[in-house]
Amino acid sequence: MSILETNNLTRSFGSFTAVDRVTMKVEKGEAFALLGPNGAGKSVTLKMLTTLLPPSSGDAVINGFSIKSQPQKIRPIIGYVPQMLSADGSLTGYENLLLFAKLYDIPYKERKTRVYEMLEFMGFSEHADKLVREYSGGMIRRLEIAQAILHNPPLLFLDEPTTGLDPLGRNMVWEHIKALQKKYDTTIIMTTHMMEEAEHLCSHAGLMSRGKLAASGSVRELKSSIGKNEATLEEVFIHYTADNLEPGDNYRQVQRERRTAKRLG
Amino acid sequence: MNYIFSFLRKTSVITELEMRKIFHDPTEIVTRAVQPALWLLIFGQVFARVHAFSAQTNYIDFMVPGILAQSVLFISIFSGIAIIWERDLGLIHKLLATPTPRASIVLGKAVSAGLRTLPVVIIIYILAVLLHVRIEWNPFSLLLVFFMIILGGIFFSTFSLVIACLVKTRERFMGIGQLLTMPLFFASNAIYPIDIMPAWLKTLSHVNPLTYMIDALRALMITVPSAFGIGFDFAVLLCASVVMITAGSLLYRRVIT
Repeated sequence: MSILETNNLTRSFGSFTAVDRVTMKVEKGEAFALLGPNGAGKSVTLKMLTTLLPPSSGDAVINGFSIKSQPQKIRPIIGYVPQMLSADGSLTGYENLLLFAKLYDIPYKERKTRVYEMLEFMGFSEHADKLVREYSGGMIRRLEIAQAILHNPPLLFLDEPTTGLDPLGRNMVWEHIKALQKKYDTTIIMTTHMMEEAEHLCSHAGLMSRGKLAASGSVRELKSSIGKNEATLEEVFIHYTADNLEPGDNYRQVQRERRTAKRLG
Repeated sequence: MNYIFSFLRKTSVITELEMRKIFHDPTEIVTRAVQPALWLLIFGQVFARVHAFSAQTNYIDFMVPGILAQSVLFISIFSGIAIIWERDLGLIHKLLATPTPRASIVLGKAVSAGLRTLPVVIIIYILAVLLHVRIEWNPFSLLLVFFMIILGGIFFSTFSLVIACLVKTRERFMGIGQLLTMPLFFASNAIYPIDIMPAWLKTLSHVNPLTYMIDALRALMITVPSAFGIGFDFAVLLCASVVMITAGSLLYRRVIT
């Protein structure tokens, strides 16, 4: 059974269509990468799937619930790590986790066990009582992921999980994402503009360009579909989106990305 | 019933989150006490010598509840900027993706804004004692003062949140915040009685929730008769808060688009 299915999912802002009739499927247990350059509509797609933005038209169904009509049924069963910084710097790591455990309705008896389990899993038990603003970028990202999986959601959304991290931090985050797939069997949907990241972590991918889903499927299928032996994802991407490619950055995106990068670094 | 229980629990979690932040860095709270002290110790001392209007009490007594309300106003009216800051960071996105009712987020933050004024309130009470203000120490009155302060904090901080949700940038918010505080303060009975205002200002002061807050505080703190009735004052603040919280809950998600 598909854990997520979108049907002509569309979002426009005024006359600009950020996400244009995206139809895709993600099966349980997959790690699915939404690939594309900045401004391709990946983050907006994720915001719709995480119930932050209502779609302009079309719909998506997560675990049988519609994002349009049943967002309150979806929120308890998903985890979401936004692209920007989402752990609170003026609280400790422990507090960040504890308060989210409460917001996710984890019963009092299990709360502490669960928080300590997460601290241990992410490997910073000894930093639990430090303020998060003293954490390194990689640690903050791991804490944010921990916050999002406290309630053991079957589906986890990661928006550009390693943008702005140094190589060391990035490798740590990758390792933890892999470990999490293994240990908790979480379905992961992530956006990234790094082909390497998608290849490293994901079994399936959707290629987005200018709001449209150009192709999607398992990474292997995608590679063989362009009829070239040992193709890289990058080549696949160019093959499907060549006529569409154009630098997508605008001022605001650049500004936001630099800011995130600065904070995490 | 279940929904109400869950709503209140989530609200208290949001309040707890905000309170924990304050406990990690309480310096802000202390520096907040400087301004009301200046009003009472300088402005008040000079104005007490001007016998321009015949109040039922001496001027310092008259002024203390006004300055108390002013502090609540000044502290709360800028609290909305946090939402813009949190939006820029991404905290809001994560919070909105959790099963937390929007109204819980808005009310939880508002209650914490009210609680955050309490240290300043205590300092003003201490100053009042030093200035020989005849304060009413009846526990029931003190309890009502407490509730009125929280209610005032809820109203003005949610008002601030609504503005933040509408203007969306820090620069514009600071501008509008500055623009609003002084008119709200001057068009109220904080430092002069309504009776001596020109007619147009009288009208303005009657649609200003701060006036009702001060009216109740004055009656409760220094036992001068209330102009509108304490029950009415509370009702005005309560209704205004409910309207603001409803508006805030509806607008809250707009801040991320």
